[in-house]
Amino acid sequence: MTTGPLEGVRILDFTWAWAGPHATLLLAFLGAEVIKVESRHRLDHTRLRSLVAGPTMTDPDHSVIFNDLNVGKLSLTLNLSQPKAVEIAKRIARISDVVTQNMRPGVMERLGLGYDDLKAVKPDIIMLSSSAVGATGPERTYTGYAPTFAAMSGLAYITGYPDGPPMPLSGAVDLRVGTTSAFAILAALYYRARTGKGQHIDLSSTEAVSTLIGHTFMDYTMNGRVQTRAGNRDHMMAPHNCYPCLGEDKWVTIAVACEEEWDALRQVVGDGRLEDGRFADAPSRWQNQEALDQLIGEWTASHSQEEVTEALQKAGVAAMPLLDGPALVQDAHLRERGVLEPLQHPTIGERLTVSPPWKLSRTPAQIRRPGPLLGEHNQYVLGELLGMSGDEIERLVAEEVVY
Amino acid sequence: MAETALAGVKVLEYCQMISGPYCGKLLADLGAEVIKVEEPPAGDAARRRGPFPNDVSHPEKSGLFLYLNTNKLGITIDLGTASGRQIFQRLAEQTDVLLEDRPPGEMARLGLDYASLSAINPRLIVASITPFGQTGPYRDYKSYHLNLYHASGHSSFFYVAPRDRRKGPPVMAGGQVGDYDGGLAAAVATLAALFARLTSGQGQYIDISKFEALLALERVVVARFANTPDPPPWPGMVGGLMPCRDGYVVVTAVQNHQWQALMELMGNPAWAQDEKCHDEFTRSQHRDEIQPLLEEWMAQHTKEELYHKGQSLGVPIGPVNTAAEITHWPQARQRGFFAQLDHSQAGRLEYPTAAYSMPETPWRAERAAPLLGEHNEQIYCGRLGYSREQLTRMTAAGTI
Repeated sequence: MTTGPLEGVRILDFTWAWAGPHATLLLAFLGAEVIKVESRHRLDHTRLRSLVAGPTMTDPDHSVIFNDLNVGKLSLTLNLSQPKAVEIAKRIARISDVVTQNMRPGVMERLGLGYDDLKAVKPDIIMLSSSAVGATGPERTYTGYAPTFAAMSGLAYITGYPDGPPMPLSGAVDLRVGTTSAFAILAALYYRARTGKGQHIDLSSTEAVSTLIGHTFMDYTMNGRVQTRAGNRDHMMAPHNCYPCLGEDKWVTIAVACEEEWDALRQVVGDGRLEDGRFADAPSRWQNQEALDQLIGEWTASHSQEEVTEALQKAGVAAMPLLDGPALVQDAHLRERGVLEPLQHPTIGERLTVSPPWKLSRTPAQIRRPGPLLGEHNQYVLGELLGMSGDEIERLVAEEVVY
Repeated sequence: MAETALAGVKVLEYCQMISGPYCGKLLADLGAEVIKVEEPPAGDAARRRGPFPNDVSHPEKSGLFLYLNTNKLGITIDLGTASGRQIFQRLAEQTDVLLEDRPPGEMARLGLDYASLSAINPRLIVASITPFGQTGPYRDYKSYHLNLYHASGHSSFFYVAPRDRRKGPPVMAGGQVGDYDGGLAAAVATLAALFARLTSGQGQYIDISKFEALLALERVVVARFANTPDPPPWPGMVGGLMPCRDGYVVVTAVQNHQWQALMELMGNPAWAQDEKCHDEFTRSQHRDEIQPLLEEWMAQHTKEELYHKGQSLGVPIGPVNTAAEITHWPQARQRGFFAQLDHSQAGRLEYPTAAYSMPETPWRAERAAPLLGEHNEQIYCGRLGYSREQLTRMTAAGTI
């Protein structure tokens, strides 16, 4: 068995929902031991409900969404409304490298688990606090979720049809925030390994999304201009759109960046319909893209997504089918690269799960276990790591400290 | 001067446009020394994409290039020449990380792939960032943001309620965000490899597929389709995007306490007592009846009013903001999210910085993006020991 790059790194994880858990999911893929602190008193709501999953579940160990966001982690149940539970959390922090949390700014401090409290027991601790708009500034107590982050970051405003409303996107926005958090934690771990110094990282989810469209702000700073929604179009490239194919709701994307690609596209289409003075050079193609899209769409409509993609790619033109969930599951490329991996879960059975978005040659990512059952690792954390006796743990369970 | 998280890390970046350069920027902004290698005479294609001041194209004034290449050093090498490849190899010998985004197989043809370079520098980490990765049936496919975004499923997963869906093709996200995603995934993997090297002393090879980086961001929904071939249609969230008096707001009042807060914001209307409003699922089932009631009320109020009043009551609500509004947003200003950088050609401009405040090792604004070949003399003469005369000859010969 190979070891991950973060072998030996322990993370005490108080995050919930999507963004925070995705950060520690990536670190678990890299080999970190992630101890997720949960409680029946305050369940991670992905364990119980989600509009994406369907009806409310009653069993916290049946959520497929929770499983997908918490693969490879350990679960410890601690009821942090009890002072004894807070003390236990601090004891774990003392033997951890990183603490992560995404509660509303101020909550961890009120619980006695703020950065200063944790630093007192573990001077070189790295703490990541992730919130909607950051832990400083006049709006620090404001809350939000993926769609509000997309809205406030500028991404929603520039996503959509030119004549339609903005689009606040989806859960992927949360996962972008989580990936940004993982990057910041890794940078802090690297720094600590060389200097022995920890630190408190304060992350704004909204800013995280803004940085991923950073250049769109440059148009405002340079020209005082606000970029707006452009659908599938590009400000320079044409053709650049989704085109209909044979079948119901089947689309192919085609994008052309240079003369070489344009010539190749014309040759593949072959019937002369693109031989037109209106398309003589890149600026005229861009000017006349309505007409161009119409002609290309008429050509693609009599072919399957695969035919168009293969013919154009063979000629060096960027073309891909629009793939939905079922098509991705069947996709030959993803299969050959092992992107969807089967994972056995004790209550929900065998599930396919998406593997990490990188392949490291010497320290490959591993999925070691499914998302944990609620409190599955209480014995390991309290008994083995903290050295508590069976009686002691039973008493804590009876007192609903471990709950 | 404050310390930086990645002080001492040397990165060679042979990448264009967004993904690879964003990875390099993330490392450079935290203190790594990133030498960006560009092909003469035109350099990175991002230099020709803009936005440009007053829309006048200029290779040193592209907003895309300026944003993505902060804190880097810039040199030029023509890898089509034997002497150019030799220079590149000498730089790779002294480097911790090489980022490259050439089509699979090209670096091997140049003799500059991981196998060749790791033989002379076993500590080297190489990250290849390509549309589909180094293996598999699509490895040689060409793809731009539009193609990857729609192929990776994102567009079909837009959570637009059936009532609000329109005919026609799905739409991609703006801002080429999916290209940034590939760079961010590469940056996470690169830091992990650097961390592993602290103990192992060995480098490694990283294969980043931008397609998979995007797909992984929809892991929850992809898994749902993978395991439930025909999942029930999503009825849509009550709330979500709604027009208001001067724009749009987004409300995510899914949990009951949030819904209660929203009702309080709306003055506790009588209809909220109906059984249909009991919980998120009953509300979702009756979305077509409840949504217009919310929209009618929102339409009478401004974004600003809804945002601050709603948040003070505990409603997760946010305005749909433009780049202009975010640039002037007091919260972002007070957090120092924007920084001004001087650039000899583009002038003094304001840039978004980073989402993370790291007090021990802050984001730094040491220098703006490099001019094409700006640091040739510094690197070739200062680092590799070439004379000024040799530099002049290499420039004349088109090697650099």
